[in-house]
This record gives sequence, C-alpha cells and structure tokens, in this order.
Amino acid sequence: MEDFSVLIGGRAGEGLNRAGQIIARLLNAHGYHIYMYYDYPSLIRGGHNFSIIRAATHSIGAHRTHVDVLLALNRETLILHSGRLREGGAIIYDSDAAKADGIGIPLSKILKEEGAPPITRNSGLIGAFARAAGIQWEVLERIIKKEFPKGTEINLKVARRGFDASEQKLRIDRPSMKGLPLVSGNEAIGLGLLRGGLTSYIAYPMTPTSSLLHFLAEVEGDFGLKVVHPENEIAVMLMAIGAACGGEKVAVGTSGGGFCLMTEGLGFAGMAECPVVIVLGQRTGPSTGLPTYTSQGDLLFARHASQGEFSRLVTAPADASEAFFWSSESLRLAWRFQIPAIILSDKTLSEGYYSLMVHSREQSSVEESGPGNEDRPYRRYRFTDSGVSPMAKMPTRGAVVKVNSYYHDEDGITTEDAAMTASMQEKLLRKGEALSKELGKYETVWTHGRGEDLALVCWGSNGPVCQETADILGARVVRPIVLHPFPEEAFGRALGSPAATVVVEQNATAQLSSILKGFGHRVDATVLKYDGRPFSVEELATRVQEVHA
Amino acid sequence: MREEGLISRAQNTWCPGCGNFAIQHAFKNAILELGSEGLSLDEVVLVTGIGCHAKMADYFNLNSVYAIHGRAVPAAAGLKIADPNLKVICCVGDGDAYAEGLDHLLFAAKRNMDMTIIVHNNRVYGLTTGQYTPTSPLGFRGKSTPTGTAEPPFNPIALMLNAGASFVARGYTRRQDQLRWMIKEAIMHRGLSFIDVLQICATFFDPHEVYDRMVYEPEGHDRSSIESAMRLASEWDYNSESRIPIGLFFQGERPVFEDRFRGVRPDIPSRENKIGMFLEGRR
Repeated sequence: MEDFSVLIGGRAGEGLNRAGQIIARLLNAHGYHIYMYYDYPSLIRGGHNFSIIRAATHSIGAHRTHVDVLLALNRETLILHSGRLREGGAIIYDSDAAKADGIGIPLSKILKEEGAPPITRNSGLIGAFARAAGIQWEVLERIIKKEFPKGTEINLKVARRGFDASEQKLRIDRPSMKGLPLVSGNEAIGLGLLRGGLTSYIAYPMTPTSSLLHFLAEVEGDFGLKVVHPENEIAVMLMAIGAACGGEKVAVGTSGGGFCLMTEGLGFAGMAECPVVIVLGQRTGPSTGLPTYTSQGDLLFARHASQGEFSRLVTAPADASEAFFWSSESLRLAWRFQIPAIILSDKTLSEGYYSLMVHSREQSSVEESGPGNEDRPYRRYRFTDSGVSPMAKMPTRGAVVKVNSYYHDEDGITTEDAAMTASMQEKLLRKGEALSKELGKYETVWTHGRGEDLALVCWGSNGPVCQETADILGARVVRPIVLHPFPEEAFGRALGSPAATVVVEQNATAQLSSILKGFGHRVDATVLKYDGRPFSVEELATRVQEVHA
Repeated sequence: MREEGLISRAQNTWCPGCGNFAIQHAFKNAILELGSEGLSLDEVVLVTGIGCHAKMADYFNLNSVYAIHGRAVPAAAGLKIADPNLKVICCVGDGDAYAEGLDHLLFAAKRNMDMTIIVHNNRVYGLTTGQYTPTSPLGFRGKSTPTGTAEPPFNPIALMLNAGASFVARGYTRRQDQLRWMIKEAIMHRGLSFIDVLQICATFFDPHEVYDRMVYEPEGHDRSSIESAMRLASEWDYNSESRIPIGLFFQGERPVFEDRFRGVRPDIPSRENKIGMFLEGRR
C-alpha cells in the first residue's frame, strides 16, 4: 500500500496519543513516511480523543479525511468517524463496548482474564491492528518493549491476545526497512535549538509548547542544559534576558497568551540588544480560545509585538524537518545580530509527528563576534556599520558591561539627547538590514510544482497540505519560511506571474494576504479556516476549487 | 571605565536632599570595602528596575542591567542561572518591587536565590510625580488618591520572612554606618538577602522626623529565630506611629536554587553525536 491512514479513537485518559505513536512507529519500522495528527479536547479525563496516523511511500505532513482502518475503543468513535472509512476499509473495535461490522476484540474480557489495568486496552487494539495489517508479531513486540519500559509484560500480554483474536485484512507489502527518525514538531524544534547551541531553556507550561518544555527537561542531563520553569511568562522573558547577559544561549516557549505577557520583555530585549529565541506555538482564538487546537492567528502579532521599533526575526517552519533546521538557524542568527528571533509554530506542527529528514545543507557558519582590541575600554553599544556591537558577557575581565532599557549612549548610560536617540534608533534598524542581507544566503521562500495557472500561497504548517493539494490541482505552492524581515525579493521571484493567486491560511482575517497586498501583490482569493482543525488534503482541494474554478 | 573610579561620568539628577544619595553612598563604600577585601568587581552586577532608585545603574562603573519596571529580580535570576558565581545586587523601588514586581520578589525568596535585593523604600512614586505605593500609609493623599487611599500598606519584612528569604533586614538612610555594614553582610550572605531601606522622598513624602524619632536598634534579638524575627517585624506595620526596629531581623541557611546549575556546561563537540543518537533511537 502506498498511502493509507489509521484512526484510533476513545475517551481522554485512555492513552490515545501514545497509542497513535506506537502505531506510527510500527509503520515507520516498515520504512513508510509518517504523519500523525492528534486531536484532543482540553481536559484530563473523558471527552473524545483520536489520532490519525498516515503512512505513505512519499514525504507527507498532512492528514486525509478518509481512513483505511478505524480502531475504536468505544461506541462514540464509531459514531463520529465511521463516515471517514474508505470503502473496503477495516473496523477493529472493542466488542465489549460496541457493535460493528468488523473485527471485534473482547477487550474487557481479555483485561479481566489477564488481570491487566484499563490503560492497557489500547495495547489490545494495537495488537489486533498489527495482525490485520500483516505486521509480524516480533516487530510489534520490539516496539512495545521499547515504548513501555514500565508495564512491558502486561502490555505485551494484552497486545498478544489482541493479535491472536484478529485476522489479516490489509497487506503491508513495503519491505521492512529502516524508517526515518519519527519526531514531534516540538522535539524537532528542541533538537534544532540544541544543534544551534542552546544552553538554557526557560518556559511556563502552555499548550502547545508544554511538550517542548517536557522534552528539554528530560534531556537536560544529556546536553548540559539548564531548564527552568518560573512563576509566569513575564519572569520567563526577563530571566532569559538576564541569562543571555550572563553568556547563555537561551530560548523560551509559549503560546499566544503567554507571549502577551512576554511582550514587555520582548521590547526590552529589542532595545537592550539581548538575543533570545521565542518558540510561539499558536492555538485557536483570542484569550483562552481553544487551548488544544490549531491556528495561524498570531502572524501579525509576532511581527509587531511590543511598543517602539526594533529588528527581529520571525520564521514559520512547515514540518519537523524545517523546524529542526530553522530552530538551529534562528538561534545562531539571534546571537549574530543580537535580536529576538521568533519561531512561529502551531498546534499542528508542535504536537504532530513527522518523519524527519535532516537537510543535506550544512548548518550555517554564522558566528557572533566577541569584543576585540578596539573594544578597550569596552562599550556595549559601540556604533558599527552593521549596527551590531561586539557582545561581552557578564563577567568579562576588565570590562564594564552596561545593558539598558532606556535609550542609551555607546557605553550603555541613559540618554535623552536628541541626536543620540536618533542614532541608537537607526542602529537598532540597521541590524535588520544586515539580517536581511544575511538571509539572502538562505532558502527563505519554498516553492513546489510548475503550473502557471494557479499559485497557492501559504505559510507554516499548511505547507505540506498545500503541496499535496497543488499536486492534485496542477498548481504551484509559494511559501515564505521567513516572515520577518519579509523576503520580498525572493518572494516576488518565486511567485512570478501566475494567472491566479490563492492564499491559504488557518485564520479568519488572511494575515499573510495583508502582508502580500502591502507589497503590491495581487491576491485573487483566500481560503481560510478558523475552526481549530487543520485542513485535510481532500478538504483543501475542495475549498480551493470553490474559489478557483 | 573602572579606572575612572566607582562613580561613573553620568550626571546625577536626584533632587537635592533625596534619600537615594545616602543609599548610593553606603553602597559605594560597601563595594569599595568588599573590593579591598578581595571581591572581584568584574563579578558584580547591579540590576535595577525603573524609578528614581534605578539611576544607580547609570551612576556606578559596574556591570549593570537597567531593566524594566518591576522586573529587576527575574533579570537578576537569569544572571545567576547563567553564572552562579556572579555577585548580583538588585536595587529596586517600593512601587517597582512591591507593586509591579511583587510576584518575582516572593519567588526569589521562595527559591532562596543567592543574590541581594535592596529596596529603596520611600513609600511613594517619585518619578511619576507622587502617587501612593504598597507601603504608603493608609489614607495617603497622592495624585491618584486625592481623598486618601483606602488600603493599608504591606509589611514587606513579614512578607519576605514568610516567603523564605534567608537574610532579612531593615535599614534607614540616616543610619549610614549600619546601612553600609548591612549591605556588605547582605552581599556576602549565601542565599536571598533582602534589605528594606527606609528613605525619604524630598519632593513627595518626607517623614524623616517620624523616622528619626521612632527607629531603634533592638538589643538581644535572636537573628537565627524566624519566630523572633516575625515578632520584631510586627512591631511596626508601616502605618501606625509606633517604634520602628531597624537592623538584621533574620539570617539562616538553606539550599540555594541556582546551585543545581553550578558546573553545568554543555559539551559542545559531543552535541551533534547526542542529537544523532537520539534520532537513531527514533527510527
């Protein structure tokens, strides 16, 4: 099979994310490219959760509406998702909880006989799925052993019972080969930051970036990393600034609400020229909104947050591979230019699982320069052509390092002098021009396909779904990865002059579209989605056809 | 810049008679003495909030972070996380630390971070020209409360004792020798050192006659007892005209937050290998 999807659903608290990951690893072990979407409401127990695991022989990063296998831990899953099942697809369900036309596994009975805890129910269903998909028991056994270091035996027992009670329905004919590394978007961001030189990570928990905090806290010993969870996001940002002054390479993570609190410190970082990386995982709506669902509603906010004017970098990677690359580069560029760098993620990217392809491109040689002989006596804000002053950390022997949130002179002493104010303002912006020039060395706009009839323009996690949609419709995709400073020249070149331009965004006001119009680009139509759920391939293809006949 | 001495070339813009001069003087002498006793001034960082007090950052030839209103303490915490050996001193205001940044102040005490917090407590906002702060007396008539405040003040000594600070003191700007001694002790104390310094605002709130009359140094106070410290703290509620004890209320020992980061240094060459190994495990 070249492209197929499995949906597993049940109640919150039944381990559906974990179950989805195990199914993803099972298929990954056969050399498929994987994408997994996990859908869950903001609660700990009860409510409906499901994971869609898609496997394909080509690179993917989006889910499909239709699924080939439906795994139901309860009746609700059958009611909600039966309509998705492709003709000839298989249903595997708990026959003690529901009735359906498919492979029934008496999970309650099995658990009772094995004396197993309720959380192992999904192992029974996974066992049944493995058999139905023609996956060898040994492969499943290996993955369960790896994924359940605790409770290995009991999960294996329940999985085996499910396996034995099932029957083969599909055939995974792909030769068993080593798959690509399977990681969540947040793990890719974390690994990218580490690759870029991260030494501290400071965050207050907030979906969808909490799992980045958890991941980095887990590997802190391996990487000599300092992970801190302070009292609130205001403290997060200020601690990050302080840590950067002390010589740390530091990142913070949050979502829109937390970023609101960080905005005060963001301006301080801009003014005081303290580098920091901000991972901003977008979720749906203003205020609390839909905490566990996705959105691209914070693009303009990320570009403009804080009072006053200063340089910053905003990037929006599309999948784990790009997140890995750009997280590393964002950190390097933030330190090279002593600016805040925002990585715009969203729930789809942060909590989705992807097959990671490490870019063949070597990581950049961007290096920040320390103070030299010309910096004696040391002046933290010495004027230079690029606007970038050599940064000395505290302590530096013989140097007095003065960092200031006021307009300041080259020594870092407060000033209200008109000429110095103007010069410092120009210095802050000159760094942005130098950054733009440096970005000219990067692929800042991603393109796909050849059609001259229709260009789909999108950004961030909508990249993969647009790519597949474009393939279906014979269209092209033009996707800026860097969103600030906007790579206008590269974008104009990439866009060319298609007959029609349709902008696809996961927000209600077409924010990228407004940026494009500002640069004088024609936007013929927009396809917007703001219900918290990412586009499926079929859905986007239909929506684009509605506006572009 | 240090060759020019400890005081920078920045022009001083405090009002004549401002209490900040006395704190600056005591601070300077404390640092000079510590310097002559072997403290490396390269390792001292002065972190301030925003307000009249904060000009300290400009006035000293020391590493400084002139932070934002209420946020000196978390910036200082970041410095300590980066380098636990730094001697970080926060000069903060009462509006700054007790209103805008109270959460950070309490958490620094809860974590017992090894740094010093000196509150320039003039019990009024000076730079914004005369509004009440969390330590202004009940009924204070400021520009935002022309008919008088309807809320009693905080007792910051009691707050910080409760929050876990391991060095808690109250100073007064017109007791210069004690203040200098206190600042030195606070800087050398291992753990969160907190000094609430009573100072006057020459322009908006000047109770120096009351302070001069009411402050006293208690004799026989057991500084190692938190109960005695709490009793002493309750002698004055920052509101009524009662005796005002000054001096070191409490000094204790407990684990310091940033010690877990001591010696943590990323091994850069092996980082790529470790990332590679992690990814291999995810195949």
